Amino acid sequence: MRVWKFGDNIDTDAIIPGRFLTIYDPKELAKHAFEGTRDDFSKMAKVGDIVVAGRNFGCGSSREHAPLALIGAGVKVVVAQSFARIFFRNAINVGVLPVVCHKTDQIADGAEIILNIRKGIIEADGKKVKIEPVPEFMQGIIDAGGLVEYAKNMKEVPVCTKSQQ
Amino acid sequence: MGATIVEKIFSKKCGRDIRAGEVVMAPVDGAMIHDITGPLAIQKFYEMGGERVFDPKRIIMLFDHQIPADSIPAAENHVYMRKFATEQQIHNYDINEGVCHQVVLEKGRAAPGEIIVGADSHTCMYGAAGAFATGIGSTDMGFVLKFGALYFKVPETIRAEVSGKFPKRVGAKDLILSIASDIGADGATYQAIEFTGKTISKLDMAGRMTCCNMAIEMGAKAGIIAPDKITWEYMKGRRKMKSFPLESDTDASYVTKRSYTVSDMEPQVAVPHNVDTGVPVSKVAGTHIDQVFIGSCTNGRFEDLEEAAEVLGRKKFNPKVRVIIIPASRDEYLKSLKTGLIGKFVKAGALVEAPCCGPCMGGAFGLLAPGEVSLSTSNRNFKGRQGSTEGRVYLCSPATAAASAITGVITDPREV
Ligand code: SF4
Repeated sequence: MRVWKFGDNIDTDAIIPGRFLTIYDPKELAKHAFEGTRDDFSKMAKVGDIVVAGRNFGCGSSREHAPLALIGAGVKVVVAQSFARIFFRNAINVGVLPVVCHKTDQIADGAEIILNIRKGIIEADGKKVKIEPVPEFMQGIIDAGGLVEYAKNMKEVPVCTKSQQ
Repeated sequence: MGATIVEKIFSKKCGRDIRAGEVVMAPVDGAMIHDITGPLAIQKFYEMGGERVFDPKRIIMLFDHQIPADSIPAAENHVYMRKFATEQQIHNYDINEGVCHQVVLEKGRAAPGEIIVGADSHTCMYGAAGAFATGIGSTDMGFVLKFGALYFKVPETIRAEVSGKFPKRVGAKDLILSIASDIGADGATYQAIEFTGKTISKLDMAGRMTCCNMAIEMGAKAGIIAPDKITWEYMKGRRKMKSFPLESDTDASYVTKRSYTVSDMEPQVAVPHNVDTGVPVSKVAGTHIDQVFIGSCTNGRFEDLEEAAEVLGRKKFNPKVRVIIIPASRDEYLKSLKTGLIGKFVKAGALVEAPCCGPCMGGAFGLLAPGEVSLSTSNRNFKGRQGSTEGRVYLCSPATAAASAITGVITDPREV
């Protein structure tokens, strides 16, 4: 698994530009992922690769095409110092795991990386970096494999009941 | 301990005391889908086993991003959504009404105290009507279409108190650009921003919409303004309801309180490629521009066009600049037509389009070539937002946009 390293404030227009939003197929979207921002990504990204970024990853538009484009490219994990709110939820809903790690500056582009969620660490080129746990109420959706699977067999939802946390 | 307006909205909906930080499955009063995010939301609804939507009357459907259909896939998306509307008996505004957020408010589909979600990040604009409104993705929207409810983490609130009187040619857009550069692009992530203070209570609905619209540009979940006389006046004729008190308690707990004064504010311009880069116009005056866009859900209302027309006066737009003006909705278009604004713009050399998102979404039309510069009254200047990633987008008010469209370079609207 290699690391594709990005900076701060990577917005959803950068992940997938507006002119490709009539496409919904992840594989097709992946052909244009990061187009104009990092053109080698769509050509070279392999299944299992990880996107690592700075602060506020996925800010901007609510387009779910963004996490879908990543899935299409084989990326199922994004590690960032922080995420924009809508992207964070969209990612979990469609099956991309957003991992918060305050020290992504210690992870280099192209690094070989091992992610150990249970232990809460990333090993990048042999260096160990700590990651943050996912909010509890989102864990159920992750465990189900996304919101569609989570909601599929539900007939009704627990409206206004006490906190899940 | 008192409650913020956001905490009050959730508490009232659920009939018990709810405070920031709680995760609650809350019922929604309205859900908006448009031509970009709608098809996927519908697909997810079906994948989740959805058969009938929770309440067709609470769903707002329209097309605004790619209209009239600018490609065959766009046309196919429209067909798919129309079919869903017919099947589910949802009223579809189709391509006829304008930009989603403007239409939701104009049609009275968002009201004080309501919880509204939209499959679009600028849904936070409905906070101008005292609603808790937030943007969500398509899969979350699929869930809402099925269940009429969604998990919300009730956000903490930043209180932004604004005082002072706007100088001439300075207004809501300049204010929100300067607040954004103060709070930063992620300074309000997971939080709500409540705009309050004397300046806000005097601000018209158009200006309030501009402010709440851009709350997302600081990462906020919602922007909100407590309903007052101006709000209830706006609701009249749009929604049958009695006014009721809804505001934050004086002892409510906020994450931070910030104050701003507008009395000495200069017109602001956000420089490429982030929204929190606002600088006084004097810092970038003289910058060459190729295209000016006056429109979008942020600044495409009648009041915005009126301000632009005032700056224009009897002058002509610079023929070297492509000036694209798009009223945000049919209502705004009609008002502008009746008062002669449209004719004035066309005579001065502008291209006036029918209500839609236009160049703001960077996919339909009005795209930039590499190296080109756009000055825009919309809300985002990200790389590639309006076409080529090698283009540059500056954001400003309608007054600054009009002044610059006359001179051909970024210009202080007080100087034309
Ligand atoms: S005008 Fe721009 S920001 Fe507003 S809804 Fe349309 S694309 Fe989005």
